Amino acid sequence: MRLFLPLLLSLTIATPALAKLNVFACEPAWGALSQVIGGDDVRVVTATTAAQDPHHIQARPSLIARLRRADLLVCSDAELEIGWLPLLLRQANNPAVAVGTPGYLAASDFVTMLDIPTRIDRAEGDVHPFGNPHIQTDPRNILPVADALAARLAKLDPTHADGYRQRHDAFVGRFRAAIQRWEREAAPLRGVAVVVHHHGWTYLERWLGLREVGTLEERPGVPPSTAHLADLLHQLKATPAQMVIRAPYQDRHASEWLAHRVAVREVLLPFTVGGTPEAKDLFALYDDTVHRLLAALPAAAAAPGAAKDVGR
Amino acid sequence: MRTLLLAGGLCLAAALPAAAAPLSTDPSTNSSTNDTTRRIERLEQEVRQLQAARRPPTPKSANAFNPAVSAVLTGNVWGYGRNPDGYRLPGFQLGDEAGLAAEGPSLDESEITMQANVDDRLYGQMTTSLSGDATGTDVSVEEAYVDAVRLPAGLGLRFGRFFSAVAYLNTFHAHAWDFADAPLAYRAFLGGQLGDDGVQLRWLAPTDLFVEVGGEALRGAAFPAGGGHGATPGVWDLFLHLGGDVGVSHSWRLGLAQLWADPRHRDAAIGPASTFTGDSDLSLADLVWKWAPNGNPYRHSALFQAGYFHREERGLLEDGAGVTGEVGGRQDGLYVQAVYQFLHGWRGGVRYDWLTGDLHGDSSLLAATGLASGHDPERATAMVDYSHSEFSRIRAQAAWDRSGPATDFQWTLQYIVALGAHGAHAF
Repeated sequence: MRLFLPLLLSLTIATPALAKLNVFACEPAWGALSQVIGGDDVRVVTATTAAQDPHHIQARPSLIARLRRADLLVCSDAELEIGWLPLLLRQANNPAVAVGTPGYLAASDFVTMLDIPTRIDRAEGDVHPFGNPHIQTDPRNILPVADALAARLAKLDPTHADGYRQRHDAFVGRFRAAIQRWEREAAPLRGVAVVVHHHGWTYLERWLGLREVGTLEERPGVPPSTAHLADLLHQLKATPAQMVIRAPYQDRHASEWLAHRVAVREVLLPFTVGGTPEAKDLFALYDDTVHRLLAALPAAAAAPGAAKDVGR
Repeated sequence: MRTLLLAGGLCLAAALPAAAAPLSTDPSTNSSTNDTTRRIERLEQEVRQLQAARRPPTPKSANAFNPAVSAVLTGNVWGYGRNPDGYRLPGFQLGDEAGLAAEGPSLDESEITMQANVDDRLYGQMTTSLSGDATGTDVSVEEAYVDAVRLPAGLGLRFGRFFSAVAYLNTFHAHAWDFADAPLAYRAFLGGQLGDDGVQLRWLAPTDLFVEVGGEALRGAAFPAGGGHGATPGVWDLFLHLGGDVGVSHSWRLGLAQLWADPRHRDAAIGPASTFTGDSDLSLADLVWKWAPNGNPYRHSALFQAGYFHREERGLLEDGAGVTGEVGGRQDGLYVQAVYQFLHGWRGGVRYDWLTGDLHGDSSLLAATGLASGHDPERATAMVDYSHSEFSRIRAQAAWDRSGPATDFQWTLQYIVALGAHGAHAF
C-alpha cells in the first residue's frame, strides 16, 4: 500500500512523455523524412516497403487500424495511392487525417511535377494525370517536403515545435551539402543514355542529366512484352544505352533479357529508402543510387576518385 | 508569373556564390567558381523548361465537381449439363437472385458507379446495374448510400441501400469475386448477396490489431427476410471483424456475425411454391488469408478464403396449395476456396461448397415445398483467369454441382472490364 500512491503518481507523470504524434507515411521516403524531423516526438508507421509497388497495395486491415490512430498522414499523392488510400481513409474513420485537414500532407503539392500528360486515356497505359508521382528519386524534391513537414508537425504539435525546427534545420543543412557532393560525384553521368523498366525515374534523370532512351514497358503499367523488347533491341543497336535501370519491386527478367543481348549493364537502384541493404536512410539512399550508377559506367568514363566517398 | 519565375531563379543563382569561396586566381577556388557558373546556367535552363511546360489554364465548367464515374461491363457464356431452369437446392428456399444464369452467351449486369464527396461531412456512392434480355431491361439500384465521414471516436455511419457487412464476399460486387458465381452458402442463406435499405453503424478500435464492431438495421425487403414489415426493421445484425498482418507477406481478416431476420410471407422465387413466416437467425464466421512474397503480388500471390454458416429457422410454412404447418430446424453451410497466382496476370482457383439442412415438420408439406432434408448439396469448382491489366479480366470456370441428387456439369467463360475512374483495391 505504501508503494501504491508513488506508483500511481509515477504512471500519471510518465504518460505525457508517451504522447507521441502518430505519423502514417505511405512510402518509406516520407517515413524516413518524418522520423528525421520528428525525432523522439513522433511514432512513424510506413504503409509500404521498397519491395512493394505503391500503385498496387490493398486497403488491408492492418493499414486501416494504423491509420485510425494517425495524427498526420504523409503521402506522395498525385494519384500514386489512388487505388488504396481513398478507401483506407473512408474505412479508418479518422477525421484528423481527412483530405484538406492539417493532418493530410501530400508531398507532391510542394514539388514541381514533371511528365504531366497531354492525353489521359487508359490506352496509353496507367498514366498519372497530375504528373509523375515518383518525386523522391530527386533529392532536391525532399527539401520543400521537409519544409512543409516541419511546419505541419509544428502546427499539429506546438509544444515540440522547437524540436521540429531544430531537427529540420540540422537535416536540411546536411542534406544540401550532401546534394552538392552527389552532384560533383555524379558529373560523369551527364548525358549518359539509359533504359528504364518503368517510366518512374524522370526526376532522377533531370537531376543527374541522364538521357532516357527507352522503357522496357511499352506503356506504363503494362508488363514488358516480347514484341516490344524486340523493337527496343533494334532501337538500341542504332542508339545504344549504357545501362538498364529498375526498382527493387520490378521484375528482373526483362532487364536480364536485355543485358544478355546488348551491351547494357543491369542496374538495380533502391528507388526509395530500404530498396537495397545500403539505402538505410535518406542520405544513404542517394549515396547508393549515385554509386550504383557510377559503377555501371565503363571504367574509362568513370572519374577516378568519384566512387570513393562512403557515408555522409 | 514568368518574370517572377525568372527573378526567383536568378535570386537563387545569385545566392549560390555566397556559399562558394570568393573569386580569386587560386586554382582550387577557380574550379568551385566554374561549378557555380555551371549550376547557374543549369538553373536558368530549368527555369526556361518549366516555363515552357506550364499547363494552359483549364476552362471553367459546371462539370468540375462531377463525381468519379466508372462502369463495369461483364459478359458470360454459360453451359449446363441439365436445364438451368430446373435448378433446385433441396432443403432450402431460394430467393430472387439465387438461381442460375441463362444458358448460352449473354450480357451479365452492366454496372455504373458514381462516387463523390457530398460536402465535408458526407460521402455518397451509387451503383446502378442494368441487365436484361430480348424482353426488356431491368434497372436496379444495387447500392445508393451515404457515409457520414469525420465522425469522432472512430465511428462510421452508413445509410441508404448497401451490401451488408455481415459476410466478407457480400461487400464485394459480383465482378470482383474470384469465381463467376457466389458460394452455395450465399445462395442459400443470403439470397446470393444481401443488399437492403437501412442503417449501418460501425466502430473501429484504436488498436494495432484491426478490430471493427458494427451493427445494421435493415428494412427486410430482401431475402432472408422478405416481406412487409411496416415501420420496424426486418433484419438486425451485429458483426465483428478482426484483421492484421503476419510478417510482411501475409495478411488476414476474420469475421463473425449474427443476423436476426423476420421473414413475413417470404416466397420462394425458384422451385416449388412456398411461403415462410417466422424467425430466421443466422450465425456466420469467415476468414480470408492473403499471401504475396514481401507483400509484392506482381509475380505470385495466394488467397485462401473460408466461411461457415449456421441458420436456425422456425415458423409457419405454406405450400402452393394453401396447406400450412409449423416447421423449424437448423441448416448449415460451408465454403472453402483457394486462388493462386502462378504467373503475372494468371490465376487458378478451386472451391468447395457444402450445405446441409435438418428441418422438422410435416413431411408431406416439406416434400411439397422442396424443403425436405435428406441430400446434402455440394459443389466443386475450378477456375483460371487472366488479367492483362488491373482493369480487365477473362475467366474460364467449370463446376461439378451436386445441389440435387444428380451431378450437373456447369461451365462458363466470362469477361469483366472496368472503365473510367480508378476502382479501389479493397482487401
